Amino acid sequence: MTSPEQLAAHHGPLRSRVGGAFPGRRAVFRGHDLHRDLKDLSWLNLYLFGITGRRFNDDELRLLDAIWTYTSYPDTRLWNNRVAALAGSTRSSGALGIAAALAVSEASIYGGQIIIAIADFLTRAKARCDAGETLANLVAAHMHSHRGMPGYGRPVRRMDEDERNGPLLTLAAKAGLADGPHLQLARDIETILVAGRWRMRMNYAALTAALSLDLGLSPRDHYLYMLPVFLAGMPPCYLDALDRPAGATLPLSCEQIHYTGPPRRRLNEQ
Amino acid sequence: MNRPSATSTELQAEGIRTAIWDEEAEPDNPFVAVRSYCRGYDVFGELLGAVSSSDYLYLLLRGELPDPAASTALQILAVALANPGPRDPSVHAAMAAGVGGSTAASMLMAALAVGAGSQGGAREVFDAMASLQSNAPPPRPTDIWPEPAATPGFSDQARQCPLPVRQTLARLTALLPEGRTADLHARREALEAERGAPLALTGVVAAALTDLGFSAEEGEMLYLLLRLPGAAAHALEQKRQGFRHFPFFSQIVEDDPDARTNPDHADNLVANPGEAQP
Repeated sequence: MTSPEQLAAHHGPLRSRVGGAFPGRRAVFRGHDLHRDLKDLSWLNLYLFGITGRRFNDDELRLLDAIWTYTSYPDTRLWNNRVAALAGSTRSSGALGIAAALAVSEASIYGGQIIIAIADFLTRAKARCDAGETLANLVAAHMHSHRGMPGYGRPVRRMDEDERNGPLLTLAAKAGLADGPHLQLARDIETILVAGRWRMRMNYAALTAALSLDLGLSPRDHYLYMLPVFLAGMPPCYLDALDRPAGATLPLSCEQIHYTGPPRRRLNEQ
Repeated sequence: MNRPSATSTELQAEGIRTAIWDEEAEPDNPFVAVRSYCRGYDVFGELLGAVSSSDYLYLLLRGELPDPAASTALQILAVALANPGPRDPSVHAAMAAGVGGSTAASMLMAALAVGAGSQGGAREVFDAMASLQSNAPPPRPTDIWPEPAATPGFSDQARQCPLPVRQTLARLTALLPEGRTADLHARREALEAERGAPLALTGVVAAALTDLGFSAEEGEMLYLLLRLPGAAAHALEQKRQGFRHFPFFSQIVEDDPDARTNPDHADNLVANPGEAQP
């Protein structure tokens, strides 16, 4: 935590380097007048500028936009989308359902926790390889200590090709953005994992992390940029549920509860 | 409409496996339960009026009803945690939702999100419990929690262990005389010297929940749950009072392009409280 002296130093007006609103006059966004200097930026470019303080060129933006597009699956069964759909089913609000679904996307076997973990691993592995260590040793050590590699394999089908990777690599190559060192590292890791006893292919999380890192994003920048990555698939699931009768999205009957706990008992049986 | 209907086998395969809850359906309606059982007990037929809400919470998470000391300890924790007060960031977040007229759920979601953090929040309780339950927690790479507390359960925000923390610890130690809580009570000053920071409420909670048999994950969840009542009450109070009675705070925009190009605009740097109210 923070000492009382540090808190006292921050007591009083909020000092901000990211901006503020001056209603009726103007708004400042990271040192620029939003309506004068940044008015022509796309939303994605502004979003990235807010995270990194950098502006990206058209090819880079096309790639970063495609990363979001290629994994927008309006499949209600997916755990995060299911939350948005169930909110629709109970006639909750769109913001509540989708905000919860976005929060749920920060999962440990897919989504946010994997996204930052593989970006972190690639960053550290590159630094250590640059310093002379062997990638195969780093991968083996990680597999030994973590029993898996984030961004490789998928929960259900670990050796299947990820259907998103081919189209994204094609687009990245066309834009001249598929030759970076992190992408090469990610491919080398796949070669090691496929050849070894682990038998896991690179999935979308590793590919997108590598591409982002090659654009100069840090692991945390990448994590923040990826927050809305599943968003586009969610409103359709919410709306689809609104189109069904209330409560009729994935209804469960009593017989679908498979009880495995203690048998019936009474309080005085202790 | 021609819809394929699920077969009984498919429904069996698509069921929820649970050791917590069982239901008996109405004879003529599979979607309504006539009886519900929690860990084997008939909830509406027997538990209503017979167990406290904290006992029921314990039953849900631990699988058995608590003994009298554990029951009282959980009630003490529930009261100690129920309202962190309006200065706490989680309650502040709930109030910010309330004062703007946001939905009730968003007020609690705001409190949960802010109260989840690794500095004073539920993640700190998780980290503190993980360290108590395993002597060598694994090193953490960059992950979604930006800055884990260096000494979870202890906080140098206070100059000495605050009285409410000591009062809570003493009450709990009387009920949990063996284990982590009692050890914390007996060796508090030595542990504080070792950690370089006074004991915080998160540390007391972590020790007590460990003694009550909860895992770090269950402890994190309980800490989130038990702090919601205060957030709800404060959020609704601010909603009723209205935004004019809720601070908007002054701000200094340090990197203001107008101030860079025209020093006369320097007076624009400090927004008056409420000026930026949308």
